[in-house]
Amino acid sequence: MATKSLKKLGNNLAQSNKQLEILSNGIFKSGELPTFKNKISETSQSPIKAKKLEILQINVGYMCNQVCDHCHVDAGPDRKEIMTRDTMRQCLEVIKNSGAHTLDLTGGAPEMNPDFRWFVEEAAKVGIKDFIVRSNLTIIRANKKYYDLPEFFKKHNVHVVSSMPHWTRGKTDKQRGDGVFDKSIKALQELNAVGYGMPGSDLRLDLVYNPSGAFLPGDQVAMEKDFKKALMDDFGIEFHNLFAITNLPIARFLDYLIASENYEDYMYSLVEAYNPAAVENVMCTNTLSISWDGYLFDCDFNQMLELPVNSKSRHISEFNEELLEGRNIVISQHCYGCTAGAGSSCQGVVA
Amino acid sequence: MSKPYYDAADLRKFGKITEWSEELGTKFFDYYGKVFEEGALTAREKSLIALAVAHTEQCPYCIDAYTKDTLQRGITKEQMMEAIHVGAAIKSGATLVHGVQMMNKVNKLDG
Repeated sequence: MATKSLKKLGNNLAQSNKQLEILSNGIFKSGELPTFKNKISETSQSPIKAKKLEILQINVGYMCNQVCDHCHVDAGPDRKEIMTRDTMRQCLEVIKNSGAHTLDLTGGAPEMNPDFRWFVEEAAKVGIKDFIVRSNLTIIRANKKYYDLPEFFKKHNVHVVSSMPHWTRGKTDKQRGDGVFDKSIKALQELNAVGYGMPGSDLRLDLVYNPSGAFLPGDQVAMEKDFKKALMDDFGIEFHNLFAITNLPIARFLDYLIASENYEDYMYSLVEAYNPAAVENVMCTNTLSISWDGYLFDCDFNQMLELPVNSKSRHISEFNEELLEGRNIVISQHCYGCTAGAGSSCQGVVA
Repeated sequence: MSKPYYDAADLRKFGKITEWSEELGTKFFDYYGKVFEEGALTAREKSLIALAVAHTEQCPYCIDAYTKDTLQRGITKEQMMEAIHVGAAIKSGATLVHGVQMMNKVNKLDG
């Protein structure tokens, strides 16, 4: 189990250009597999264009209490990139004035940003329809100062979306670290106790499943059924929906694929499972990702690869919704991760 | 250097068998696909059966394919191993139940 980020370790793959090189060379350069651009061109879906903005996803910092094996952010306790209150103020202006109906806070562990609570309080006042916080669950149990998070989320009617790789301890701890499963179970029980995830409750609690290794997620509906049964039978836990998310071949997951000699097979799996119907609804067509320092990206993955939006409006300070709409989405081979099978997005399957 | 009889990468080429006999190949893959659809048995149950049979048939391609398939369905390694034991039990049972035939024959010849 890793304890440090690739960045801290000085690993080559901490550099986005090295990751992009790998994704463009080898089997894609030789033509053994088609590039994503060529693949979407086959079905006349190139370029992918942004539609009307619906979701603003804000990454408030890469610091995290966990160092998960497959983290696409390369997050960890040693990451110091944290959004300042000034940038948050600029985000609030955009939230007020944009047509987006969903605000989605992510990280790292967003709760570790010192201005997290201030930001949630201010953003909740804007009255956005769906206000998501992506919580890793263990943060709620990590330190006394976080123990009241379930009540805090409830007070601001936050929609909690949490990672839960499996309903068994072994598979969860292998991916996310020793003790993560037990802490996550405890956190889920606490969320249930204040009303989160209960049948018919407006306090939304959804879980995110992503595979623990070099394989694609199974059917989301079937997985949800299995998760619900196991978590109820074993721990009396309730939740609303399960989002099955595909691991994208970037950052620590890319490092893992290469080290375990699974990279080529995994890329084959993604390309073989390519689904043109998923391309129609990829999240970059209705989402905008904002980095800790206020830059704009088509998605959180492009943020990590440092591939900025293809628009004159590139920073939250110069946000222009009209300019951004219709922009060409910036793509590379990692995009196959969102178009495999039933597709994958931060809200689960798309096709 | 000697070449192995099996190459894991050949599994990807399975679909090519239709090239030399299109009608039969296509019918086979249609049938195959249909078999694994959700039916009276769940796709999950079918995947575990396939994993067990893959082992009793000792087909390396099938083992690769259904190990991955069961993993994708969230099936745990303990469940996978138990499924293989079911296959192994039937295999060994099939051997041992013939012991009765041997006993019958002994009793007849040397009773």
